[in-house]
Amino acid sequence: MTIDSIRNGIVLDHIEAGKSMEIYRVLELSKLDCSVAIIKNAVSKKAGHKDIIKIDALIDINLDVLGYIDPGITVNVVKDGHISEKRKLSLPETVTGVIKCRNPRCITSAEQELSHVFRLSDRARGVYRCIYCESKAGTEA
Amino acid sequence: MKDLISITDLTTEALQGLIDKAQDLIADPGKYCEKCKGKKLATLFFEPSTRTRLSFEAAMLELGGSVLGFSEAGSSSASKGESVADTAQTISCYADIIAMRHPKEGAPLVAAQAACVPVINAGDGGHNHPTQTLTDLLTIYREKGRLTKLKIGFCGDLKFGRTVHSLITAMARYQGNSFVLISPEELRVPGYIRKDTLDRNGLSYKETDNWNDMPDLDILYMTRVQRERFFNEADYLRLRDAFILTTDRLADAKGELCILHPLPRVNEIERAVDRDERAAYFRQVLNGKYIRMALILKLLGID
Repeated sequence: MTIDSIRNGIVLDHIEAGKSMEIYRVLELSKLDCSVAIIKNAVSKKAGHKDIIKIDALIDINLDVLGYIDPGITVNVVKDGHISEKRKLSLPETVTGVIKCRNPRCITSAEQELSHVFRLSDRARGVYRCIYCESKAGTEA
Repeated sequence: MKDLISITDLTTEALQGLIDKAQDLIADPGKYCEKCKGKKLATLFFEPSTRTRLSFEAAMLELGGSVLGFSEAGSSSASKGESVADTAQTISCYADIIAMRHPKEGAPLVAAQAACVPVINAGDGGHNHPTQTLTDLLTIYREKGRLTKLKIGFCGDLKFGRTVHSLITAMARYQGNSFVLISPEELRVPGYIRKDTLDRNGLSYKETDNWNDMPDLDILYMTRVQRERFFNEADYLRLRDAFILTTDRLADAKGELCILHPLPRVNEIERAVDRDERAAYFRQVLNGKYIRMALILKLLGID
């Protein structure tokens, strides 16, 4: 299978196999006019398999969101057909509008316009908590 | 520090500053009786709480300030669907400081982000109630003369009692404290308090379902089993009556034991205990007013 290499754009490499569609959705790549290629289950020397996303335009990527979903991703910025920059990700301090607080007693459950904001409370374990009610990400309360 | 939302917003130094200020207020009330002249406190109580609201209002009045506000959501614009942020921004135009109680967790933080005046969390659902914890700390300090090297027993509903969780978290920051957690099996402290506060900090604690540790305790913090937490009336009644403090129970306790309770009580402390000098819970109520006075002064930047 061949995918045209891009001249000016962004390549998200080393995505954990199976996570590319989630990233496509969260970064709202469907709204772009340019070509976007999603490669699933590519062979990886390190991880066995990986996903790759190629975006044929130099767009702003929300690195915090990306870091939260998969801190192992490498962001390659391609200019004139060459990789001009490689960015490593890490877990961001705060994540806004990505994780939904599921605690029915949280103020975010009553006020629909409030952004759901989560803060990293334990980097070693990758635990995020709602800034309003302190519920753990992914738990009911 | 602009607001007080959680007890962890305060460093131990800031906390000591509040305790020292409260002590000075008690010693020399005349010095402070006009400190807040011309200032207004808004008490925004989206759910009723007579005790906490009156304590805030009494605190501001004793500082020479005035108070305005509402005591239930029905008499506020929240009943018309106004957001917490809009309410807070609006009230900022009328008042110099806001004390807010709200049934939803995190509502005071939303208010603090929107208001240009200080916001004090006066209780947000079962989440935080930092001024109760400040009250407890001032009471322990005044009764025992220190916040370190104390053996503290917590008794009753340790699962849903937010005052218990906050006080454990606060006392865990001081050297040499240990904890005895007395409750029925169903009402033990939540796992995250054990793991994130007690275990992670290597603190000494013991969970038990009996009174056997009474002779070793320096502090006994009693709590009410809350009817609204139970779906089943029979379970509520059984657990409510599991631990009742009586004068007999205190027979082998230390002479200098200090008994606390955030109040209101139901039946967990026998009325006869009130006459025991070791019962400090009504002195605790008074301390609640003094520490709120100290907090209002601090947040308004008045020395």
